[in-house]
Amino acid sequence: MSIDLQNLAGYGWRVDDLDTDEMILNMGPQHPSTHGVLRIELRTDGEVVKGARPHIGYLHRCFEKHAENVDYPGVIPYTDRMDYVASMGNSLGYALAVEKLMGIQVSPYVQAIRVVMAELQRIASHCIAVGTYGMDIGAFTPFLHLLRDREKILDLFEWTCGARLLYNYNWVGGVSHDLPDGFLRATRQFLREFEAITFPELMDLLIANKIFIKRTAGIGVCPVELAVSYDLTGPNLRGSGPPRDLRKDEPYSGYENYDFQVSVGKGEFGPLGSCFDRNYVRAVEMAESAKILHQAVDALEKMEKADVHEKVPKRVKPNKGEVYVRSEAPRGQLGYYIVADGTGVNPYRCKVKSPCFTAMSVFHVLARGMYIADIIALIGSLDVVLGEIDR
Amino acid sequence: MDAAGIHGRLADKFGDRITAFQADALQPWAVVAAEAIDEVAAFCKLEPDLALDNLMCLSAVDYPKETPPRMEVVYHLLSYKHSHTFVLKVMLPRENPVLPTVEGVWGVANWHEREAYDLFGVVFTGHSDLRRILLPDDWEGHPLRKDWVDPDFYNGMHVKPTQQMAERAMGGEKIGVGPFDFTPPNRHIEE
Repeated sequence: MSIDLQNLAGYGWRVDDLDTDEMILNMGPQHPSTHGVLRIELRTDGEVVKGARPHIGYLHRCFEKHAENVDYPGVIPYTDRMDYVASMGNSLGYALAVEKLMGIQVSPYVQAIRVVMAELQRIASHCIAVGTYGMDIGAFTPFLHLLRDREKILDLFEWTCGARLLYNYNWVGGVSHDLPDGFLRATRQFLREFEAITFPELMDLLIANKIFIKRTAGIGVCPVELAVSYDLTGPNLRGSGPPRDLRKDEPYSGYENYDFQVSVGKGEFGPLGSCFDRNYVRAVEMAESAKILHQAVDALEKMEKADVHEKVPKRVKPNKGEVYVRSEAPRGQLGYYIVADGTGVNPYRCKVKSPCFTAMSVFHVLARGMYIADIIALIGSLDVVLGEIDR
Repeated sequence: MDAAGIHGRLADKFGDRITAFQADALQPWAVVAAEAIDEVAAFCKLEPDLALDNLMCLSAVDYPKETPPRMEVVYHLLSYKHSHTFVLKVMLPRENPVLPTVEGVWGVANWHEREAYDLFGVVFTGHSDLRRILLPDDWEGHPLRKDWVDPDFYNGMHVKPTQQMAERAMGGEKIGVGPFDFTPPNRHIEE
């Protein structure tokens, strides 16, 4: 039996007389799908989001104030704690910035080690990003498969430098520990398992899943102009189409020696730049990172072992100057603006441009007009880590 | 286009409102008069051969010991089309740092400017939503200024152990429990 909605006189009311009220709804800071302590103030009308206002700062640990009060190498453990899912990328960016300020050129051996670590970290970070994104949408199994492989990467890190999450590995002018004997063989073994089992499994189970596509394709579409204006970088920008990757555009740490493709969103299942595309870029990027790893491991095997502390200065005291250095962290371009006053051993100013901070700043534009359930899909596709937003 | 070329274009257009150019720095910068920054920003973005469409970073820096004491706001710009970068700086008086907003040019400036306001007290006129962003709304002062002093109280609570608490702690009494252990660090005992 169907009910004629426009003619409900018999029930005592008509649809036109019904009021809809706007309601303010707080999502977070303890919501499991906000990926940390993020609070979003939603102005909703029924299920539709009329406006969204993110509130950040719950995890603010005064990184920039701390950095002004410790010496240059002492900042590195603090950088690890910003994006705690991808610590290698953070300390690498900081080390590159201070090296540029001091004019240090590290040896190719150290560069190759850094590339191996950065790419392993990229795979580990994307494992978390893609896995938890699937879990937000309702697919639990891929998360377990991906965490299994992340565990193997963390074992490699632990073997090298003793830590599983916060490494303090990339130092100014070098790295803290040389690779242990057998590391390269173990990396090969990991890649064999990852490329043959986990990656195809992920593409079949999650990326090609009909339900997953329906939940994400066409949701949260971010056009290129908006992405550039709000300084989206990394997979978020590439999801919108432009193949901009700092590892290709301005190669650092020897990335020009490796052959790899910049993965971009294709818009197969809907408008380009949707949640699906951003997530797809991350998934495909894992295979590209594996490609880089093969080449870097080959290169390291042919190289003579060198002293990884050779260029580490006894006392880090750059001349007066300032520099802004970017690097391609797993979540986008991570920039360090470091001002040295030439007299002290502490940075005079150390500002971090975090890719998650800028990704979150576009949130209110993308969220307008969405359903509440899609907000979850949007947050996960931007892949924010609150530790890096709040610093 | 290199930095000298970009500075030349800006100097032709804006004349004496581009007050200085530092060419021998690692990353050369031009100094812009505070009231002209929004016009310069719009010009940088819209001019086809500059096309600086991306604001990579906006930071404030405090220089109380320079003569005259000043606050700097630094804009790091990037052009995706031409792959060149440029740096703009605005010098402001420390007592009253006020300049126009550029959020109409680059959307990301909205949050960057809120951060500069929150941590340095730089006021951006015309900003749509100039609130604190990282610190709580009821926070007083701007902690990244170089003359910042840690407050003793926050909302009526001690944030720094008092002398009395220090003496009790020195007497062997345990003050607070677990993560709220307020046993004071040495610098507070010496005071």
